[in-house]
Amino acid sequence: MSKILEVRGLTRIHGRGCPLCIEATGPESDTNICPHCASVVAAHDVSFDLYRGEILGIIGESGSGKSTVVKTLYFDDAPTAGEAIFFDDGQQFNLFALNAARQRWLRNHRFGMVYQNPHLGLNFNVSAGGNIAERLLMSDVSHYGAIRARARELLARTEVLAARMDESPRKFSGGMQQRVQIAKALATRPPLLFLDEVTSGLDLSVQAAILDLILEIQHELGTAMIVVTHDLGVVRLLAGRTLVMKYGRVIESGLTDQILEDPQHAYSQRLVAAAL
Amino acid sequence: MMPHYELPRDEAGYSFGFLDEYAKKEVRRAILKAVSIPGYQTPYASREMPMGRGFGTGGLQLTLALIGHNDTLKVIDQGSDDSVNAVNLRQFVQLTCPGVALTERTEDATLIQSRHRIPEQPLRADQLLVLQVPYPDPLVVVEPSEAKRKIMHGEADYARLLVKLYEDIVKFDEITISHRYPTRINGHYVIDPSPIPRWDVPRLHRSPALILLGAGREKKIYAVPPYTDAVPLAFEDQPFRVEDFRDAAGSRRACARCGATDSFLDEFIDSAGGKVYQCSDSAYCNGRLARQAKAEALA
Repeated sequence: MSKILEVRGLTRIHGRGCPLCIEATGPESDTNICPHCASVVAAHDVSFDLYRGEILGIIGESGSGKSTVVKTLYFDDAPTAGEAIFFDDGQQFNLFALNAARQRWLRNHRFGMVYQNPHLGLNFNVSAGGNIAERLLMSDVSHYGAIRARARELLARTEVLAARMDESPRKFSGGMQQRVQIAKALATRPPLLFLDEVTSGLDLSVQAAILDLILEIQHELGTAMIVVTHDLGVVRLLAGRTLVMKYGRVIESGLTDQILEDPQHAYSQRLVAAAL
Repeated sequence: MMPHYELPRDEAGYSFGFLDEYAKKEVRRAILKAVSIPGYQTPYASREMPMGRGFGTGGLQLTLALIGHNDTLKVIDQGSDDSVNAVNLRQFVQLTCPGVALTERTEDATLIQSRHRIPEQPLRADQLLVLQVPYPDPLVVVEPSEAKRKIMHGEADYARLLVKLYEDIVKFDEITISHRYPTRINGHYVIDPSPIPRWDVPRLHRSPALILLGAGREKKIYAVPPYTDAVPLAFEDQPFRVEDFRDAAGSRRACARCGATDSFLDEFIDSAGGKVYQCSDSAYCNGRLARQAKAEALA
């Protein structure tokens, strides 16, 4: 298996930070707010590898830093320290060392993101097809007919009625908005997809349909994904490997089955017990 | 010239061209930068002018910073030399720049200040066109934050403008932007070419004359330098088109005055309630009429 992403020592501190921040926060200190300088240690020393076509789950409670990890990798937020190498077509990209234009290029061409809140991922002032067009236009497709055909194909794939392609996603149900977001993220056939709480807030049958869709996409396209969720059912279904985060630290990592069936860390044990 | 008012001409009075020499120097410096970076919106210290912002103060400051004793100025508003804004600006220049010649003939002018139109008569390399701009930034319709717009310009990130064109084609089967058509200059910056109709956009492309655009209220100067590419945004299979002046039968409408079939036409309603078409560029129309009269007199 070939590696697609290598993350080492990823750290994000909100606030000015002080030399004691790292020591004074974390699961042992039971906080992620530094008592000395009041900075928030959103994530510290997060390291993992992701392989082609693999789904990695990141679980943890609210504020544990799971979304921070994904946001920095998608360039929505800049890390305080750390390194991430993206392997693509025999090339290596040191993500945080690239200039803004190169970062935007990667984000538009090679990455995809699906947010929990469709407002973040979609522009509600343009049609569903227009949203997909935006992503294609960002990756330098400038043939109107080709854009229409690709948008239609993607919406059909994500089971959004083609007849509603030219409507604003504002008129869509939550599940349909999420499907449009997925279609938009897939528009450029990215090898790496970030999913941030994609099924939260949807009803159970819609959740199941979206999860099925994600699995099918992984099988068809071999897309590597990082799935951030607080729902253990989602990682059980999707992810081969999982990281458990608390107060910005990775406290346990390994095969999803192992973590869910035989959690080692006290917090993971509580998390798994609470879900059952 | 206003007969009952004259500017004070003593030592404490106004300098040639109303603006003081330091102000002119600053505007010229911004012009040089704008010409060096085609399409880039160069900020400058837009002065208070003795007229409301939005009445061409940006164009006027460019004109006053550039004009000299040997220049011949033409001012156009909506294609016409006789509309209120054009007359006022021309009188102001006459008042503040003694000795400068004024003309209505495009071919005689060395400096042309315009709003809404580029003259039909092709411009020459020794001429200079100044356009008044109300809204310099084409991205303002898709991104409210100026800080973000600057980054988008820097990275030539114009996908969201194209999304607007896409939505137009979806809804109306064609691009409906009638004026201020976003145009890419020299392969990078996209500009708002002021409220000129689509008809005039191709005239920006590789124009022999330097074209300067000034936005007084928004405090920006930008330029299309001579012989520089100016390509309107479009799709590969939905090319940019200029206005279509064909009637229902498919033949090109002609100007009711001079009979021109190659000019941008304005539509009027005559006293009988019918539609009449006439050249929007009055100097072009008058020039054609004069030539026709001459030819008739000879015949």
